[in-house]
Amino acid sequence: MSAGLAIDAALALVLPVLAWAVVATPDLRKAIVLFMALGLVAALAWARLAAPDIALVEAAIGTGVTGALLMSCVPWAESLTPASRRARADLALAGALAVVACLGWAIRALPEAGPGLTPAVLGALEVSGVEHPVTAVLLNYRSYDTLLEIVVLVAAAIGIDAVLPDDDARRRLAPPARSLVGVLSHLLVPGAVLVAGFLVWKGAHAPGGAFQAGAVLAAGGILLLFARRLRPVPFAARALRGALLAGPLLFLGVAVAPLVRGGRLLELPVAWAGVLILAIETVLVVTIAIVLLMFFPARVLASSRAPAATVEDPP
Amino acid sequence: MTALELVAGALLCAGAAFFLAGTVGLLRFPDVYTRLHALTKADNLGLGLIVAGLALDAGSVAEALQLGIIWSLVMVSSSLSCQLVARAARRAGVAPWRRR
Repeated sequence: MSAGLAIDAALALVLPVLAWAVVATPDLRKAIVLFMALGLVAALAWARLAAPDIALVEAAIGTGVTGALLMSCVPWAESLTPASRRARADLALAGALAVVACLGWAIRALPEAGPGLTPAVLGALEVSGVEHPVTAVLLNYRSYDTLLEIVVLVAAAIGIDAVLPDDDARRRLAPPARSLVGVLSHLLVPGAVLVAGFLVWKGAHAPGGAFQAGAVLAAGGILLLFARRLRPVPFAARALRGALLAGPLLFLGVAVAPLVRGGRLLELPVAWAGVLILAIETVLVVTIAIVLLMFFPARVLASSRAPAATVEDPP
Repeated sequence: MTALELVAGALLCAGAAFFLAGTVGLLRFPDVYTRLHALTKADNLGLGLIVAGLALDAGSVAEALQLGIIWSLVMVSSSLSCQLVARAARRAGVAPWRRR
């Protein structure tokens, strides 16, 4: 038995067991940790399936950011009454079954195995401005989808502000930690910025791109928020709104510009496609990172603390 | 099998032993602080040994250096997450375990 087959068999065994453990664990915190472990194993599985783009997104967004987000929801979930929790669990089960049914139907409706769109995608790679087929699809052939996704993300950020308004929680936040945490986060966050930049640059010819880079950048920001080295920025701040809108506005500008010259919407001039894609992706990184960071406003951070100053930091 | 390969194999096995010890500690230690200790200390050393073993086996110096960078990144991030988890536990009022 080859080593690859052994790894695949182990993944195939571990994934369903972990998935069952996530659902069957009554303790919410344990279930979330198991969920994050499931995400990491799923990322490995994606990597084994030769889909490194999806593996990166699964590890960064599906596991990292979603795990931190779920953890910050635990106090709220624990405050629910048992009846309300049961009703929500039933709804979630119904939703999950509906998704499984839809996916099953979609898989059955797939055409028989064949080359699919691969020859078309690879054939037009020369005029796409990038060398990586996934980036070419996302930012050139089907950039319409990506543009709409970004608008949905910004709408989500507005929704977050409506659900979690930035009230007086900012004043209840602890002062910056005077411990190793600050020093270590100062060591690690520049690395996160560097990796984010690398992922965007790399996206032109290898797996990577704005979503992965944005998630890595947001992870650095979340670290600074939890270490109290960064105060949550209120939604009203001009800089935050500017950063949030920069990505969609630049993307829209590039999308509409060809119309002026009599071209078609989202038509990228071949000579400029590479530069335009890199510019859009770089600005999108900031927008995506800000949206992900907005899930951690002052109130979430404050509620993750024990009430009152019963325990002080050691001097 | 050359002497270099033997040394690399020994380092890999030693690293795996430290990972096993860290995992046993995580499962068997009594409270969150001691478990963190087992995880971060033993696993960092285990990863260091595995990285050293793989670096000996690496095709080029650049590859070995990349492995070294990975190790240092994991060390910083694991000590940081260890600090954050321990602080959160302390603030939540988890008392350190004492032998009765």
